[in-house]
Amino acid sequence: MTGTGSIGRRLTLLLAGVAALLSVLSWWMVTGLARQAAERTQDNVLAASVTTIAETLRSEQGEVRLELPYSAFSMLGAISEDRVFYLVATGDTVLTGYEDLPVPRELVPSTGRVVFDTGEYSGEEIRMATVTRLVLAGTQPVPVNVTVAQTRRGVASISAELSQLAAFLSVAFFLVAVSLSAFAARTSLKPLNEIAAAVSRRGPSDLRPLRRAAPTELAPLMTSLNRLMDRLGQSIRSAEDFIAEAAHRIRTPLATVRAQAEIALRSAKDEDQKQRLRQMIRAVDESSRSAGQLLDHATVIYRSDDLVRSPVILSDLVRQTVAGLEPTAAMKDIQLHVDAIPAEAEVDPVLMDNALRNVLDNAIKYSPPETVVRVSVSNADGEIRISVRDQGPGLGEGPADQLTQRFQRGNNTQGIVGSGLGLTIAKDVLEAHGGRLELETLNEKEGTCATLVLPSS
Amino acid sequence: MRYLLVEDNTELAEAVVNRLALDGHAVDHAASLSEAEDCLAVAQYDLILLDVMLPDGDGRDFLARKRAHIETPVIVLTARSQVSDRVGALDQGADDYITKPFDFSELEARCRAVLRRRGGESRNEIRLGSAVFDPLSGTLRNGDESIDLRNREIRLLEVFARHKGQILSKSQLMDRLFSYDAEVTENAIEVYVGRLRRRIDGMGVRIETVRGLGYRMETGEA
Amino acid sequence: MRHACLAILLSCLASIVSALEIEDHRHFPGTGDRILKVISTADLEVFEPYLKAFQVSQSALSIDYTVVSSAELHRAIRGGAEFDLALSSAMDLQFQLANDGFAQSHRSEATAGLPDWARWRDLIFAFTAEPAVVVLSTKRFDGLGLPTTRQELLTLLREYPDRFEGAVGTYDVRDSGLGYLFATQEARSTDAYWRLSEVMGRLNPQLYCCSGQMIDDVATGELALAYNVLGSYAAERLARDSGGRVQILRMEDFSNVILRTAIIPATANETAGAGALIDMLARLGQREAPGSWPLPPLGQTGADNLGGFGPIRLGPALMVYLDPLNRRAFLTEWENAMEQH
Repeated sequence: MTGTGSIGRRLTLLLAGVAALLSVLSWWMVTGLARQAAERTQDNVLAASVTTIAETLRSEQGEVRLELPYSAFSMLGAISEDRVFYLVATGDTVLTGYEDLPVPRELVPSTGRVVFDTGEYSGEEIRMATVTRLVLAGTQPVPVNVTVAQTRRGVASISAELSQLAAFLSVAFFLVAVSLSAFAARTSLKPLNEIAAAVSRRGPSDLRPLRRAAPTELAPLMTSLNRLMDRLGQSIRSAEDFIAEAAHRIRTPLATVRAQAEIALRSAKDEDQKQRLRQMIRAVDESSRSAGQLLDHATVIYRSDDLVRSPVILSDLVRQTVAGLEPTAAMKDIQLHVDAIPAEAEVDPVLMDNALRNVLDNAIKYSPPETVVRVSVSNADGEIRISVRDQGPGLGEGPADQLTQRFQRGNNTQGIVGSGLGLTIAKDVLEAHGGRLELETLNEKEGTCATLVLPSS
Repeated sequence: MRYLLVEDNTELAEAVVNRLALDGHAVDHAASLSEAEDCLAVAQYDLILLDVMLPDGDGRDFLARKRAHIETPVIVLTARSQVSDRVGALDQGADDYITKPFDFSELEARCRAVLRRRGGESRNEIRLGSAVFDPLSGTLRNGDESIDLRNREIRLLEVFARHKGQILSKSQLMDRLFSYDAEVTENAIEVYVGRLRRRIDGMGVRIETVRGLGYRMETGEA
Repeated sequence: MRHACLAILLSCLASIVSALEIEDHRHFPGTGDRILKVISTADLEVFEPYLKAFQVSQSALSIDYTVVSSAELHRAIRGGAEFDLALSSAMDLQFQLANDGFAQSHRSEATAGLPDWARWRDLIFAFTAEPAVVVLSTKRFDGLGLPTTRQELLTLLREYPDRFEGAVGTYDVRDSGLGYLFATQEARSTDAYWRLSEVMGRLNPQLYCCSGQMIDDVATGELALAYNVLGSYAAERLARDSGGRVQILRMEDFSNVILRTAIIPATANETAGAGALIDMLARLGQREAPGSWPLPPLGQTGADNLGGFGPIRLGPALMVYLDPLNRRAFLTEWENAMEQH
């Protein structure tokens, strides 16, 4: 999973990156436009000012005369606190104003058209507007240039202000875009998460194909996933078939051997021979039982990782399991007595049945004939307790815990077929459910009590 | 009782057939599903013992198919022992299952348990003097009196009842009563026979000791 | 060493001073070596309290205070004379200095507190707002109603030419920068200005360079009225002269309000001291009540101006009448009106 990171994060980052780019771009454009607009405003005012001055140009007794109108400068003062310079000249002759203003000297005498220029004066950048007007001086028309210049501080401050506003808006836009991106990423990934959830919700053996409406982009994933599950299902099925086949192939001859041995045992006269036949049968039983419990244990471990819990009425489950073992108990004239209150819990019924079966099987196995095995279900202090009491020889010496360890058998098990896995299976099942297995010897040789403890839901 | 055993392993089938015959059951053997179909077509059975892995198919599929129109109880013989397989077998309509290899005593016990649960007709009742004995339900009635019997007493009585007049050795009886590895001696048989004698006292039947050979049940009619 | 420095400084000062037409000059010694050279149009009597107050907080700073006319001040700063602070009531000239790059910027908390119209680009700062008023002699107006508008004044002058012949005083706008500012602004604002000028011109008006002399002549009764006198000077004079010989009138139709402004010339050395004095003046300009200070604060005249006109705007428009062509045209017209004899 490392290295490629989360798609959600990548998508968010990508969209955020785009948003950042757009934000910067929009900020840059707005700043540029703001500056342009501010400059155009200044140009317009300069043009108006210079035109107002030019309109006062007149000829008086052969001399060019003019009058600076008050409004020509007051309008400049109205837009900003910028320094104002001006120059009125005809050719090289300065009529009035700032002589050293860097006006472009070769101006086209196009009447009425305002020419703009940018320059530097008095240590500051200035914007100049110049208009040329022909004035009749004597008999000759003389071109008179009127220039009004203004520093650009107002332009700069307006565009800085707007740029700041634009920056603020860009940041806001960016933040909104990022949160929207995160939302969009989450929304687009929702079907993916839903598929993941649907897959993870499934039980360990549920390999049916996923049938969900999925976006087109996820269709290949769904197809591959379904194909994978199909293959997995097939391979599990073939493995299961193989195991079944193998078990059949091994167990059926074993059953034959056992049956024949039992028949031989019946007809055998010699005690030595009988003993050998008994040992043979016992060996067959042990091997079959061990194989069975090993497989059961594997199943328990496999299913414990991903419990398929469903609400189960434990008292019913106990009764069913007990009923299944009744013939076995009857063989020894052992009575199975059930005393159960209705208790419900969220458990894996297959595993719980297995755990209880193992405990009961043990109890029946170690009980002397014509005794009673009592099974009770109680619910108290947030715990459901399924107790199995026998009237057997008890657990014997040694810590009870050891009995639940794999392949450990008690001290009192001589002559009884067992693999030592039964209690381990029960313990594992209970622990997978958040419960525990309690084992205790009841008062002096009065049997064993094995209790399956589950947290009540 | 008439049993149908569906099992492809001939040796095992033979052993089972022989064993069940000892209890007086008639057992037909089918080595495949198609043979089983044939048997079911011509005869009525009280119980079917069905192996799951057969040369021409899966016994469980067969079971699922047949379940719709055959009410005969079925015990599945399975080589699989995994929890899920066991549960599966029951879900598919089996009444019980038994994993291979199995103890004959257990097989018998399960057969009886299934038959009892299915509440089979009382046509297997055996008259014992003035009393009527139903080995399946384990009831022994003498007129209005009903006598309580323990499981092993029922088993023992059944053996005697099915072999009236025959001498049965202690070892024969032990085979029928106990699992092969039960830690019992022939004394135990004496104890059970003693108990049984007290139960059937006054019914016109008795169990005689044939010195050196075993026991024999004598009834008035015989 | 210290004396030598002082000697050199004094000689330098002397060389500049010699080029100037100085009206008054005083040195306020401080305890330190630093000297703040102030060039101002405000008379010493008017401005001394401010300097004294300043020296209380800046005792180390010596102040060299030179009084000149507004035109002289303008000329001196343009000519590169070394002053640390230029204070003038001729706001047009001050503005032109700032516009043309003869001022350096100053920014402080005190100047930031000034209203927008009282500063321009952190170069020029207003600290008083003073109206132009009419000062009249009680004795010479005996039996006459006091005029409240230019129209009434005109009627009065027309009806009693004998009383006012040679007894009307006003600025000689050719010499006085402030007079020129008042005249041009009034000419721009009301057409009554030229009619009034013509009527005054027929009465053989007395022309003055400065407010002080004009008010003195009204006090003695030599003048019946002085037109366009800086109100603050008149008020200050009125406070000193008892006896009710002089009365101040503010025209109700319109009256000019000028801003007395400060700039730090580009040539200034003692900018810190100059800044501190500007800050003090700016704070005083923002005071609520007039108090005992000789000059009014910015707010007062602006707010209760009956005509509803604010002070003359600090802006490039002020430079319009400074343009030589415009000035020549205006002066020609003024002379035609004023000098009819």
